[in-house]
Amino acid sequence: MIIMVREFLNLNETRNMFLFVSKYIEENKDFLTQADKAIGDGDHGVGMARGFIAVREKIGSKNFNSIGEILSSIGTILLTTIGGAAGAIFGTLFRGASKNLREEDTFSVRILSSMLNDGLESVKQRGKAEPGNKTMVDSLEPAAIKSKELLTLPLKDALIAVSEAARIGAENTKGMIATIGKAKTLGERSLGHPDPGAISVCLILRSMMEYVLSL
Amino acid sequence: MKKAKKIINNPKNVVNELLEGIVEASNGKIRIIEGVSALVKKEIPDGKVGLLIGGGSGHEPLFPGFIGVNMADGAACGHIFAAPAPNIVFEATKAISKGNGLLYLYGNYAGDNMNFDIAVEMAEEEGIAVKTVRIWDDVASAPIERIEDRRGIAGDLFVIKIAGGISARSDDLEEVFRITARARDNTRSMGVSVSAGSIPETGEPTFLLPEDEIEIGMGLHGEPGVSREKMLDADPLVEKMMDKILSDLPFKEGDEICLLINDLGATTMMELLIVNRKVSQILRDKKIKIHDTVIGSYCTCQEMAGFSITLMKLDEELKKYYDMPAESLGFTKL
Repeated sequence: MIIMVREFLNLNETRNMFLFVSKYIEENKDFLTQADKAIGDGDHGVGMARGFIAVREKIGSKNFNSIGEILSSIGTILLTTIGGAAGAIFGTLFRGASKNLREEDTFSVRILSSMLNDGLESVKQRGKAEPGNKTMVDSLEPAAIKSKELLTLPLKDALIAVSEAARIGAENTKGMIATIGKAKTLGERSLGHPDPGAISVCLILRSMMEYVLSL
Repeated sequence: MKKAKKIINNPKNVVNELLEGIVEASNGKIRIIEGVSALVKKEIPDGKVGLLIGGGSGHEPLFPGFIGVNMADGAACGHIFAAPAPNIVFEATKAISKGNGLLYLYGNYAGDNMNFDIAVEMAEEEGIAVKTVRIWDDVASAPIERIEDRRGIAGDLFVIKIAGGISARSDDLEEVFRITARARDNTRSMGVSVSAGSIPETGEPTFLLPEDEIEIGMGLHGEPGVSREKMLDADPLVEKMMDKILSDLPFKEGDEICLLINDLGATTMMELLIVNRKVSQILRDKKIKIHDTVIGSYCTCQEMAGFSITLMKLDEELKKYYDMPAESLGFTKL
């Protein structure tokens, strides 16, 4: 028996992967809202779900010419539909991620790594957040760094590893004091709660992994 | 948990429907920009420096209720408690732009800063000059050394009032920016809350507060404040708040100020008046002169119960723009 090891996804599969991500975020709306209520104003789940529902509606049956086009379309949809800090950050994440992928028509570990690292740089620039500020950077950065070590792995193994790196990163935000964003006024009262944006990064990567594992 | 009762239709439509309500009340002077949640004045003179305000919705009459004569030219409105997306700000910018640039004026929150900044980049690509003043009047939200980390709360009203005045008089964006920034620098506020407001879409309160406690330093988005204490009587509570506010600028003997006692949504005029009594006594004792007192609901957080106190220190220039008549849904001055 031959076991197929997926090294890459084609354009339609990549689009479908992000449709799967969208559905996953939508299903986790209440979970994200609860997480945000602990240290924020409780609108993170509503906003993220609104953005990703729009993604599903707008790219559901669309054909794309490159991975970069898929990512930048998602970014623009998120930017214009989520609003708030989350819209600017997650919109910038996907738009930034698309930067060097305009000529690419397959999704591989190399593309995953490019996407995470370019997305991370754009987000840091826009939000002026550094690791340790208790933001989504704290889960995105470990995932982006991890991805650089995985270039020879099959796609699914790489996604398992980056998803785990993001999960640990998000988990670590529990021990951080928020110094940026609305939660910063809480000071030490933000301890013990994970950052909702960091959880969203985990959910995105975990659902990408689940999609690839399901192929 | 008990969900809040609200007189709304589909919760997803609250922002658009409230904006339509403002348009209907404007006697034909304000329009909605097709496809985005932004309101602008129908008639803006050529060459006027545009004044665009905005932020999350749910704080009405802030921001869209402050569009009017000698007030803002437009408002970009986000979802409830969430900054407006950059395309909303940009569409409003294009509608307001009359050749001499725009001032963006909004509360200092990470989401607003990022979204308005993206819109600045979009406007500059179109050749529209934009200057930005972020309002950071909430003394409870960060120490003075980190004033740029403070949130914007009810002080928005006074800063918008001044910006509306100067932008109606001057066609120089730099001057509009300079005077608005000074109004911001002279403004200090602090709020308290005794019960939370709720997000229409979920019906759930944005935080929980035990029956016998009060949240000091409450922000305008329902995000938790800086400390929780047992309930206090009005007078000692006001003393506590005024200590923080007065020592921050600091306001001194001989200063002349405008005073705002702002309801956060569900606090009665009776309570606001009792607060105003004590605030005014303290100011009189300190020999700080009250030029004008404004009391009511201006910057709210749904049905949050609580209030904020705002002081803006005047100088001759600021006084001149403050004293200009103004007309808008949320604030009118004869």
